[in-house]
Amino acid sequence: MTKDEKYSIAKWAMEHAVKNGAQQARVSIYNNNSSQIEVRDEKIDKLQESNRNGMQINLYVDNKYSSISTNRITNKEELGKFIEEAIAGTRYLAEDEFRTLPDPVRYYKGDGPDLKTLDPNFSSVDPQQKVKDAFELEKEVLGSDERIISVSTSYRDGMSGSVMMASNGFEGDSENTYYSLSASVSVTDGVARPRGGWYESSIFSDQLIRKDIGKKALKRAIDRLGQAKIASGKMPMIVENKMAGSSLGPLISALNGGSIQQKQSFLIDMKGEKIGSDLMSIVDDPFIVSGRGSRLFDSEGMATEKRSVVEKGILKTYYIDTYYAKKLEMEATSGSPTNLVFKPGEKDLEGLLADIDRGILVTGFNGGNSNGATGDFSFGIEGFLVEKGKLVQPVSEMNITGNFKQLWKDLVAVGSDVDLSRSWRLPSLVFDNVDFSGI
Amino acid sequence: MTLDRRNFIKTGGAAVAGTMVLPPLLKSCQNIQISPDVKSYLDHFEVTPEMLQKVIAEAMSKGGDYADLFFEHTLSNSLGLEDGKVNSANSNVDYGVGVRVLKGDQTGFAYTESTSLQDMLKVAKTAANIANDPVTFNQGELIEKTLPNYYKVSKKWENSTIEEKIPFVQKLNDRLFELDDKVTKARVFQRDETSYVMFYSSEGLLTCDYRPMATMGVVCVMEKDGTIENDYSARSMRQGFEFMDDAIVEELAQEAIKKTNFLFGAGKPKAGELPVVLGAGGSGILLHEAMGHPFEADFNRKGESIFSDKMGKSIAKDFINIVEDGTMENNRGSLNVDDEGNDVKKVYLVKDGVLESYLHDRISAKHYGVDPTGNGRRQSFRHVPLPRMRITYMENGPHTTEDLISSVDYGVYVDNFTNGQVKIGAGDFTFFVKSGTLIENGKLTMPIKDINIIGNGPQALADITMAAGDYQTATGTWTCGKGGQSVPVGMGLPSVLVKKLTVGGTSA
Repeated sequence: MTKDEKYSIAKWAMEHAVKNGAQQARVSIYNNNSSQIEVRDEKIDKLQESNRNGMQINLYVDNKYSSISTNRITNKEELGKFIEEAIAGTRYLAEDEFRTLPDPVRYYKGDGPDLKTLDPNFSSVDPQQKVKDAFELEKEVLGSDERIISVSTSYRDGMSGSVMMASNGFEGDSENTYYSLSASVSVTDGVARPRGGWYESSIFSDQLIRKDIGKKALKRAIDRLGQAKIASGKMPMIVENKMAGSSLGPLISALNGGSIQQKQSFLIDMKGEKIGSDLMSIVDDPFIVSGRGSRLFDSEGMATEKRSVVEKGILKTYYIDTYYAKKLEMEATSGSPTNLVFKPGEKDLEGLLADIDRGILVTGFNGGNSNGATGDFSFGIEGFLVEKGKLVQPVSEMNITGNFKQLWKDLVAVGSDVDLSRSWRLPSLVFDNVDFSGI
Repeated sequence: MTLDRRNFIKTGGAAVAGTMVLPPLLKSCQNIQISPDVKSYLDHFEVTPEMLQKVIAEAMSKGGDYADLFFEHTLSNSLGLEDGKVNSANSNVDYGVGVRVLKGDQTGFAYTESTSLQDMLKVAKTAANIANDPVTFNQGELIEKTLPNYYKVSKKWENSTIEEKIPFVQKLNDRLFELDDKVTKARVFQRDETSYVMFYSSEGLLTCDYRPMATMGVVCVMEKDGTIENDYSARSMRQGFEFMDDAIVEELAQEAIKKTNFLFGAGKPKAGELPVVLGAGGSGILLHEAMGHPFEADFNRKGESIFSDKMGKSIAKDFINIVEDGTMENNRGSLNVDDEGNDVKKVYLVKDGVLESYLHDRISAKHYGVDPTGNGRRQSFRHVPLPRMRITYMENGPHTTEDLISSVDYGVYVDNFTNGQVKIGAGDFTFFVKSGTLIENGKLTMPIKDINIIGNGPQALADITMAAGDYQTATGTWTCGKGGQSVPVGMGLPSVLVKKLTVGGTSA
């Protein structure tokens, strides 16, 4: 479906809703095209293609609210009936004065910079090259070590496009592409069968890193052989950059307007207060060129802004959409983060480890959860015991347990090794005094 | 069950929405005999047996060993209550057909969101590319399979209205505030889903299934002396509108209040390896993570599972019997047929302590030369089938719950969980304990909360030293994720004692 076709259907649906009793309506239409090739045992294990379309409509009817979605969007007779029935159904709900579209002043008005999130050559990538990429990756490792029991490699790519229109004057569209290559290797020493994985991804086909992915996956698997749990105790925890998102995620969730209004946040009334150590500085930057989370407007159409989230440990902003802003009598920011950029430190991971007398480097989380209302957490981990700066033993089957309010105050070092391949640009992090349970 | 065309079209209006306006069937089938039941599904998807055969022929045109088509139309409706009012609703329609082609262990797959012959042929051609050895395909005779019915429904969701549903959602909120004045917030959710699926394979097999799902729950927030705690209760069954009644509202309200109240003053155990008594019911998450996933045959076929070389061997005490079943009446994990047209069997994974069977989909059953177990499941027409669990449970053991608890000097009793996961190859599995109780000198003492428990599958299975006779089936909203696909599952367990697992907590 072309962009113009999407706009045309969105406009029709929006006008149909307004004509049939909705005071306001917002319509989004998207499509995603993707392909996936998985290789195993020198054969294509799976070949998958996907072309998905969808539409979502938010209806505001006599101060009442509902949303509908469907993937049957081209038959106007059917779609029209769907909208009319939804409007009729919405009238049975309770009134909710806080439900409205955003103030049009906040809408993105066009004229933003080109964020370069689309590879214009997406449709001209040769399918044979995709297959070849996955096979080359397998070749890197297959037969290179006798402990290997299984190798899977995979190529994926996708393009998505969406348009959004709102009846009080918003119109916007966005397009994105991605490419990724990944490898998963299982090895055995006759006892356990640990698996290691690695991936690379890019917005542009010609920038995708294609080398050493298999080798890195193999190394990560072999490094896990002989893993065991060690004695419980309080120790410094070094979290590898690729895993740092797991320790930041629950804190970002606690900044959500809905969590705050529903009293399921441990950061209620903490704006302007100290929530972490001086080393904790995070900026939300929607405008990074080719950033994975870059965008000019949010899911409600509000223009994005660069914001400080945490500055030297002091909380600077919440993530509040239009609905919860009204309920909380606060100003709407945006309902969700874009790119989160953590201010890096001076040392790389090796440098951080060199300062550790005895601690655990966490390279993977395994389950666990946290209590949004209190900040209590407990997660399974795997990684390495670090002694005098050296990795001395792979560890697994251990838990960390604590509270996020304390954890971030115990952030004692920040790496220089920011992972740029994700929307959350995080370096490796070192936390002091973490409770590990093992034997 | 014949699909009532008129009612079906009426559906949407009754709910918030969720309608389908289908034009009258264009062609009727004259050459092939089919029952009215199947005819209603064919009509619904606007296809004829001849069209199915054409698409299969295209799918097999490059020399595939096997191909299947999976048609799905799903309507779902949900209601939300926040701050005392039923103030949001959602309806969703999803429609399409997936085409899969197999060549040995290899899979080609594509789907389309339209069931026009032209679109179906196009994706069949894409999926066919997994093979590269054109042959002539001889279409088999069409075989209709009559299915059992494990989810009897009194009143279909499409015949119920938003007006009828709202009072139950409101009542659940109101009961919560009546029961305890510490309640400060409640969020109630109700969701119903109706799926029509039709399956056709290159072997000529044609099956049709009507799959309802009902879910209701509440998140309860309480405040006491400046401390805020929250917990939730939820139920989910393959049922129609009869699922919603005053009894379930009362049960959910009481449970949410009880669970949230329990958290005030709860602490943490000492960190480390402890004996763990798992309470009957939801503790089935132990089986699901520690044994269920590693028993899935795809991991074993690839040699990736820690149980890969354990078939026929003793892996647990001889009183342990672990079952995988998809036939429990109205259970969330039940299916009348799996997503590959196979019968849904009750399978013993572990019988008298010995590993007897993996969970198979079509590919792995063929690989191992065994009968399919009916575990081939997919999230939707957009996904390929994988070996998946349905309802995983352990049968009763010889001990009593008191035996289990009194045998523990220092350990934990756990019975309220939120989530779990497993690393297949390493065997490390975890589950998160929302609440439980410390056991000291054989007695339940202090409440505990928010701790993760981690163990190793084969070791934990071997370490189940006692199992009681108090089996319960869990009735919560368990959903299992694997390979990017989510499917509803069930679980159950009698109380068991695991000699030691690593429990999250505080160091001395």
